[in-house]
Amino acid sequence: MNSMAARRRHPATLVVMLLLGLLATGAIYAAVDSGTSAQAADQKWSETQVETGKKLFAEGCSSCHGLGGQGSSIAPTLIGAGSAAVDFQVSTGRMPLAAPGSQAPVKGVIYSQAEIDAMAAWVASLAPGPAVPSDAMLDTSKADLAMGGELFRTNCAQCHSFAGKGGALSDGTAAPTLMNATPRQIYTAMVTGPASMPVFSNATLTIEDKQSIIKWISSLQANDNPGGLSLSRLGPVTEGLFVWVIGLGALIIVAIWIGVKAK
Amino acid sequence: MSAVVKAGGALAEYTDERLGIAPFMKRSLNKVFPDHWSFMLGEIALYSFIILLLSGTYLTLWFKPSMTEIVYNGSYVPLDGVKMSEAYASTLNISFDVRGGLLMRQIHHWAALFFLVAMTVHMLRVFFTGAFRKPRELNWVMGAGLLTLGILEGFAGYSLPDDLLSGTGLRIAEGIVLAIPILGTWLSFLLFNGEFPGLDFIPRLYTVHVLLIPGIILALVTVHLMLVWHQKHTQYPGPGRTEKNVVGFPLLPVYMAKAGGFFFVVFGVTTLMAAIITINPIWAFGPYTPDQVSAGSQPDWYMGWLDGAVRITPNWEWNIGNYSISWNIFLPAVVLAGAIFTALGAYPFIERWATGDNREHHILDRPRNAPTRTALGVMAIGFYGMLWISGGNDIIATTFDLSINTITYVLRVAVFVVPPIIFIITKRICLSLQRRDHDKLLHGIESGNILRTPEGEFIEIHLPLGDKEKAKILGKVDHVPIALESGVDENGVANPKGRTARLRAKFSHWFYGDNVYLPTAAEIEAAEAHAAHDYHEQHAVIDDFRGLEITSEPVLHSPAIGGHESNPHQH
Repeated sequence: MNSMAARRRHPATLVVMLLLGLLATGAIYAAVDSGTSAQAADQKWSETQVETGKKLFAEGCSSCHGLGGQGSSIAPTLIGAGSAAVDFQVSTGRMPLAAPGSQAPVKGVIYSQAEIDAMAAWVASLAPGPAVPSDAMLDTSKADLAMGGELFRTNCAQCHSFAGKGGALSDGTAAPTLMNATPRQIYTAMVTGPASMPVFSNATLTIEDKQSIIKWISSLQANDNPGGLSLSRLGPVTEGLFVWVIGLGALIIVAIWIGVKAK
Repeated sequence: MSAVVKAGGALAEYTDERLGIAPFMKRSLNKVFPDHWSFMLGEIALYSFIILLLSGTYLTLWFKPSMTEIVYNGSYVPLDGVKMSEAYASTLNISFDVRGGLLMRQIHHWAALFFLVAMTVHMLRVFFTGAFRKPRELNWVMGAGLLTLGILEGFAGYSLPDDLLSGTGLRIAEGIVLAIPILGTWLSFLLFNGEFPGLDFIPRLYTVHVLLIPGIILALVTVHLMLVWHQKHTQYPGPGRTEKNVVGFPLLPVYMAKAGGFFFVVFGVTTLMAAIITINPIWAFGPYTPDQVSAGSQPDWYMGWLDGAVRITPNWEWNIGNYSISWNIFLPAVVLAGAIFTALGAYPFIERWATGDNREHHILDRPRNAPTRTALGVMAIGFYGMLWISGGNDIIATTFDLSINTITYVLRVAVFVVPPIIFIITKRICLSLQRRDHDKLLHGIESGNILRTPEGEFIEIHLPLGDKEKAKILGKVDHVPIALESGVDENGVANPKGRTARLRAKFSHWFYGDNVYLPTAAEIEAAEAHAAHDYHEQHAVIDDFRGLEITSEPVLHSPAIGGHESNPHQH
């Protein structure tokens, strides 16, 4: 006790204590976090799928991502990207990319789901990464709709807008509309964070949270408008355009009619 | 005498014996108003305001201006169990549980948009026709005040429901208040009674929205209309119209029917729009919490230009010690807005200073006849339009697949470059139209018919100007720019007022220097005599060729070709 007290004022004490503190924090965080941040076990892909996927990848993707999926100066590495990333990018028609640009545009899907699965299997075999969700994980029947709305407004609306219509981001990038997104795509987008989107791991948003959000987005897609025509739900810009062009236009036509002199 | 007339007479007598208003009523009901569709724009504003009062009253029966947090358990399932303010919950209640509530809310909001649209276009009409000139300057100032109050009232209105969009708007308003140097922080705390958003602002805003501003608007509208009544309505130049008369129809029965009918049309169109088109879907925005914001958050159209000005201002900020001056907010939202409204209110006085014109004007200017004013107005519209586009830069970026940064950079330049170009083009168009009017007076209207004389000469046949057209053109008032005074008086002593006078003369010259003067009466007479002569000769030629095959019928109003003595005043 005495010796400890004597060394209390040693110049190195501060550094040592700081390091110990950091180590302890890191250790505790790793211990607690390991349960949630580890990727959900990927579904079992068959050997044939991996083999087929490798071939498809070599034909369609390797010119940019490299034969081993290691990436290049114009494309990111896919080692650790996981099956979810492949599923999202290819099933929404973003990949394969037609031309480099600020952001991959959504085009027609050119691979069948079986082919997408095969490529996902091959990429998943490279290194563990975010996995494609099982059907059970996408079941939103027990999800809380109102909670989904809250989570959506807190985490998604600042880019995708309150109505899921998307919005502009900097330098020609944009948050896309969610009107055509399938529950599976919404999920895989959240776990992989494509383009400018952040990753919402299961530690940030639990599976239940994700299900709630998916349920909310599905309700937005249903496009239920108690107030009548929605004017694309773009907010006051379209309302203003409407009142100036159609509203004022109609009233001026009537005013001209009233102002016409009796013959 | 029918029973109705008898009863009416008895009622009139009863009222007159007690109030003595028969002479006033007689004068009023026979009062004449000129007819033109553009004179009805102000009426749209008035009727929208009445619709706003009626629908607004209905909404106050259920709206709770309270920031008390409650858990929503109403009939809108997607928000079931969500914590929100009573203000927002009661707006949901109005929308989903009150009979006719959603329709009323939408009528109220569409009417608010109409109110501001109508005030704006009414003001533009008054501006471009010079109706603000003596003796109507005060009514113009009142109009500018009404527009400002209308904007504030609209903003207060859509801020009340406490949904995510309205809260975002209030946050920006708080930012604008904070940007005022020195006073900002104090003002913000005063308004919100502490930190944003606090519990007090919505109830305070409610009082402002339902009592204070509508009260002032109502009072100003009353005075505004009384002045129109007292000063009489202006009229466009035309046959028989002078500065001393008003040509039109009496209030009863013609205008009573027209105006009354128009009120129902405005109400009908507003209701139709409210019934079929969603406006401000507050349920979709969700309740406001300061940690949430939605992409595409925009104000209503009349605040859009202000939002746009803020969006394109570079992020200039000074930090002096622990004190910040946010020029990026203060310049566009306070300085620019203040300057624009001041210029708007002061315009009649600025123009009067330039013209030195002290006469009363009851005949309106055709916009072409005041080229500088018209060009200034169109330039202002262009400037406003640039700011509008800036306010919607994100929607434009996503809709047209453009980069928001590019739009912003382009607009930073365009907002300074486009308006002057618009000014020059508009002024040239106006002057060209003046020249055309000048030519019409002297040479008549081009008929489009070409005549080849026996000598082989080609002449276009000109037709004499109609009475109506002629009166319209002759209704122009030519202004002579104020002459440049010498800097010294007759004794060679420097004139102390010389500098201002010279400035004024320069300004006046800029304003009126390009004017194309109307030909003198003598010139017109000579030209008409000449034209009549030509006309005669041309007809002689035509008559010579009569009997030959005419392959095409002359078109346009050519009343005379091919026959009887013409009457040019007939159309």
